[in-house]
Amino acid sequence: MRKLIAGLVMGTALATAPMAAQAETPKNALVMAFAIDDIITLDPAQIFEFSGAEYAGNTYDRLIGFDNDDVSKIYGVLAESWEVSEDGKTFTFKIRDGVEFASGNDLTAEDAAFSLQRVILLDQSPAFILGQFGLTADNVKEKIRATDESTLVMELDKPYAPSFVLYCLTAGVGAVVDKEEVLAHEVDGDLGHEWLKTNYAGSGPFKLNKWTAGESLSLTSNDDYWDGAPAMKRVIIRSVKESASQQLLLEKGDIDIARNLEADQLASIKGDDNIKLLSKGKGALWYLGLSQKNEYLSNPKVREALKYLVDYKGISETILAGRSQIHQGFLPEGFLGAYNENPYSLDIEKAKSLLAEAGLADGFSVTMDTRNTTSIMAMAQSIQATWAQAGINLEIIPGDGKQTLTKYRARQHDIYIGRWGPDYQDPHTNASTFAWNPDNSDDATAKPLAWRNAWDAGALTAETDAATLERDDAKRAAMYIDLQKKVLESGPFVVMFQETEIASMRSNVNNFILGPSFDNNYYRYVTKD
Amino acid sequence: MTTQTDISKSAKPGLKQWLVADAPQSRFQAKCGRAWLGWIKFSENKLAMIGLSVVIGLILVTIFAPLLAPYDPLAANLANRIQPPGAEHWFGTDQLGRDILSRVIYGAQYTLLIVGLVAITAAPVGLLVGTTAGFFGGWVDAVLMRITDVFLAFPKLILALAFVSALGPGIENAILAIAVTAWPPYARIARAETITVRKSDFIEAARLQGTSNFALIIGHITPMCMSSLVVRVTLDMAGMILIAAGLGFLGLGAQPPMPEWGAMVSDGRQFLLEQWWVATVPGIAILIVSLGFNLLGDGLRDVLDPRGGD
Amino acid sequence: MSAVTRKNRDGRTRTHLFSGKAGSFLRVVFSLAITFFGLLLVTFLIGRVLPIDPVLAAVGDRAPQAVYDRVREEMGLNLPLWQQFFIYISNVLQGNFGQSVLTANPVIDDIKRVFPATLELATIATIIGVLLGIPAGVFAAINKGKWPDHIVRVIGLAGHSMPIFWLGLMGLLVFYMKLDWVAGPGRLDAFYIDFIEPTTGLMLVDTLIEGDTDLFWNAVSHIILPASILAYFSLAYIARMTRSFMLEQLSQEYILTARVKGISEHRIIWRHALGNVMVPLVTVIALSYANLLEGSVLTEIIFAWPGLGLYITNSLLNADMNAVLGGTVVVGAVFISVNMLSDVLYRLLDPRARR
Repeated sequence: MRKLIAGLVMGTALATAPMAAQAETPKNALVMAFAIDDIITLDPAQIFEFSGAEYAGNTYDRLIGFDNDDVSKIYGVLAESWEVSEDGKTFTFKIRDGVEFASGNDLTAEDAAFSLQRVILLDQSPAFILGQFGLTADNVKEKIRATDESTLVMELDKPYAPSFVLYCLTAGVGAVVDKEEVLAHEVDGDLGHEWLKTNYAGSGPFKLNKWTAGESLSLTSNDDYWDGAPAMKRVIIRSVKESASQQLLLEKGDIDIARNLEADQLASIKGDDNIKLLSKGKGALWYLGLSQKNEYLSNPKVREALKYLVDYKGISETILAGRSQIHQGFLPEGFLGAYNENPYSLDIEKAKSLLAEAGLADGFSVTMDTRNTTSIMAMAQSIQATWAQAGINLEIIPGDGKQTLTKYRARQHDIYIGRWGPDYQDPHTNASTFAWNPDNSDDATAKPLAWRNAWDAGALTAETDAATLERDDAKRAAMYIDLQKKVLESGPFVVMFQETEIASMRSNVNNFILGPSFDNNYYRYVTKD
Repeated sequence: MTTQTDISKSAKPGLKQWLVADAPQSRFQAKCGRAWLGWIKFSENKLAMIGLSVVIGLILVTIFAPLLAPYDPLAANLANRIQPPGAEHWFGTDQLGRDILSRVIYGAQYTLLIVGLVAITAAPVGLLVGTTAGFFGGWVDAVLMRITDVFLAFPKLILALAFVSALGPGIENAILAIAVTAWPPYARIARAETITVRKSDFIEAARLQGTSNFALIIGHITPMCMSSLVVRVTLDMAGMILIAAGLGFLGLGAQPPMPEWGAMVSDGRQFLLEQWWVATVPGIAILIVSLGFNLLGDGLRDVLDPRGGD
Repeated sequence: MSAVTRKNRDGRTRTHLFSGKAGSFLRVVFSLAITFFGLLLVTFLIGRVLPIDPVLAAVGDRAPQAVYDRVREEMGLNLPLWQQFFIYISNVLQGNFGQSVLTANPVIDDIKRVFPATLELATIATIIGVLLGIPAGVFAAINKGKWPDHIVRVIGLAGHSMPIFWLGLMGLLVFYMKLDWVAGPGRLDAFYIDFIEPTTGLMLVDTLIEGDTDLFWNAVSHIILPASILAYFSLAYIARMTRSFMLEQLSQEYILTARVKGISEHRIIWRHALGNVMVPLVTVIALSYANLLEGSVLTEIIFAWPGLGLYITNSLLNADMNAVLGGTVVVGAVFISVNMLSDVLYRLLDPRARR
């Protein structure tokens, strides 16, 4: 009997032992573990998620791009050059010659015009990025048009700052899709939307091979890419939610890159010679939103006190070690007009005296809706501990991402701890949410972050609008710095950190590129030793 | 029976004699006698005794937590985070610099609270549904059992998850959610027991005396279902602890900074490779307590529900 | 047959299902229909009381209000509740489970993809559980009360007492990372992901259909660890039940007769006693199989296993209700049919039960 059991156990062990012999990943393929379960669509006119944006950035070309290291340097991608009319309302782009889609069709100005029109006509989540220039479903076909094979014309309703317009075209909605291919799959006038949600019609350095939701995304190289074929013939992204599992896969060499390791995991793999880290400051900000519907939080003294009650240094050096830098202005470093001074630091005495001035020397109780991810939860608990020292009793309400967000969007929170990522590379993207709130009533039609926190931004709304029309970049930058100072002083936001993205990779992987936003993370230059 | 006589020989006359008397004088004496015999049989089972000691230990730790814990379980100190086990912190510190031993000690009360409250909410509900269905039969039975089926056919963790998200986080809601998933099997057991006894003579006799249906169910049927129910509930307690831990792992169980064990394992998993103790210590606490309940339940089954054992 | 009665007691309706009377078939169908209707209703209501906005999954956090409002209307969320439910039910009756917001696929297609992953894992786990659990149970029974019995009991119960996510991570750490016996998370090495065309969706079968033995062994090395960990949970139950069934058999008269006749002890235990035990064991195994088929969310997260449990959980937390409803129906159907199947098997195998 004993023999039988021993035999069974040994049998299983022996049978499994030899087959686990792993080869390392092939030289011409890049294998990544990445939490890509946020992808809900592959249509560039709809993509508005982080991993989706990264997909689009590697598979579609846009009209315009910017230098990852110096965002102020804008250059043409599919648009070779452009002109702005005297009155500042008409942009004319010259489209690059000799670019082919994966289908073999030539890419022309007609495709570009169609792609931009399509964004407005489909009216999906990111459509407002183009829509804010006065483009609507009714007028877009006149306002955006191809005048010949290689000329694209775009007419705006106001003389916006050119940098504003151009930065918006560097966003995902500026991706050019293959008109012929897309329309071939049109159903009921949907401009091929249903089809493109899971298929591909672009001209980028990689093509879609297959997307299996919640499981994997695989790309193959476009060997005819006009700007040079990538060295990696295949890119395979496996959806791995659990970061501990990602770490194991990486240490074992079964993947080349792990994308979602937490701060402490990064610290623990630092000593491993087979692994190196690549980091890049991102545009996303960590902040607390203080609802002005709460009697305590609507007191300016309390808001100021809370800004002195975050252990900025402690958190950024431990919980977020290497994954963030302290940043308190609402424009991330690298943006035009970013304000990089950080006036607040942990000062419990100062906070206590501010609270006393507000008549709350004994503190008060308040809740915070907190997403249940490791780092947010740890941040929240650190904040809870420092607030307790000033007599504030913070109750953490954990929830899944969509759950806390639902509450936040309905203005039912006291405090929300969140992460805000810019939608495009122009300062207006954050100004229009942190410093702009035209209607603070419950049934407003625009619901920026200022609205969610029930904060009447007052004169700042008009100042934000004015900044979009300032055509001198230096003056424009000054306007944004002024806005940030005002929000920093009186706003309902405790902006704490700017995120740093870290990719952990095997040491034989070179030239993986992380950009300031997810759609500038590029695979095309990657080589492997 | 030999053990019984052995024991009675060695026992002092008086109480033990009274307990094992061949002809008990009163109903009470008979009951006590049965309980005594059960205890004898139970205490012979070493594993069950270990289980019982674990459960008693859990209760003691809960009561004396403030005396046992060397540190404040909530005191965070980022400068002192993820320290390895040592003289100062026997089980090290966690990602916020809190003493893990103190957190595990304070966590015992939440574990006890979870199993205790689930048991006293789910078991009576299951009992009531099951006995009612079994007693009345017909359409009452059909309706109640279909409802039970619906809940039985749900994946447990997902049902609990749905309830927790609907009710909001917090230990009370987690308990309620676990209770919602726990009652259907009890209803099944109670119904089956009821069906076997409802036609029996003593029920008929009580009915003839004019006892109301309600009184019949509560007074006569329910006690008949108790022993198998107690066994089942005890065996399920480990499962409840694990579901609570699973909810904690998904970040939807207890509210921070509450030192709930499942949440602690979950917090510690990013340190698993290098700082193994952060997740392992609460993991072992869960293992010991669940094992304790399982062993206890197994032993109880041998005594109370001989049909299921040997 | 004590154990069988016990099974019936905590078990399911079986008394009237196959009584052979006219109309009983209709009754079964009717009661199934009611159960499914209840399942859908409860799931639907859960979806509506969840404080999660289903539109968010479709448009994301940053969509302008106008887009949000339009999508909300497209999703039919403006209608009264009963009307939404009615529309859903009538679609289901036409075989249309709707589309998942998260995956942009019809729910049916998603389930065809995720269910085989769970099925494969549960099946292998059950096989391992049976192969180890039954001998362990027999072993414990013939050593009743001695230390081998206690060891089997403690090891078995320990499996029931460990948080599975902790066991999973530890398993990966030891058997994948340190010992290199098995492959890591996922169903295949990431590099092979697109090599296999899903015919059945069962990786072990599909690789063989394509005749690629390397990939087959790769799939085996990936499934063995998560399946063993799940098996550990069913093993305890199977071993425990085997033990008590065996004890009962071994005390029967025919065993005594056999011993007197001089039949070897080995043969008595493994042929005669175990042979009779197999019948009630079928029910036990079916029950634990059905539980595994629900999909274990936590195991699937740790092992990056794209199965049913993960699919339903993820959909639930995004209030992607079509997907949740579809998944729940599958779980319910599996649960009910496995139970009915074990009933039928039981009746076929055991002549006494026919009475």
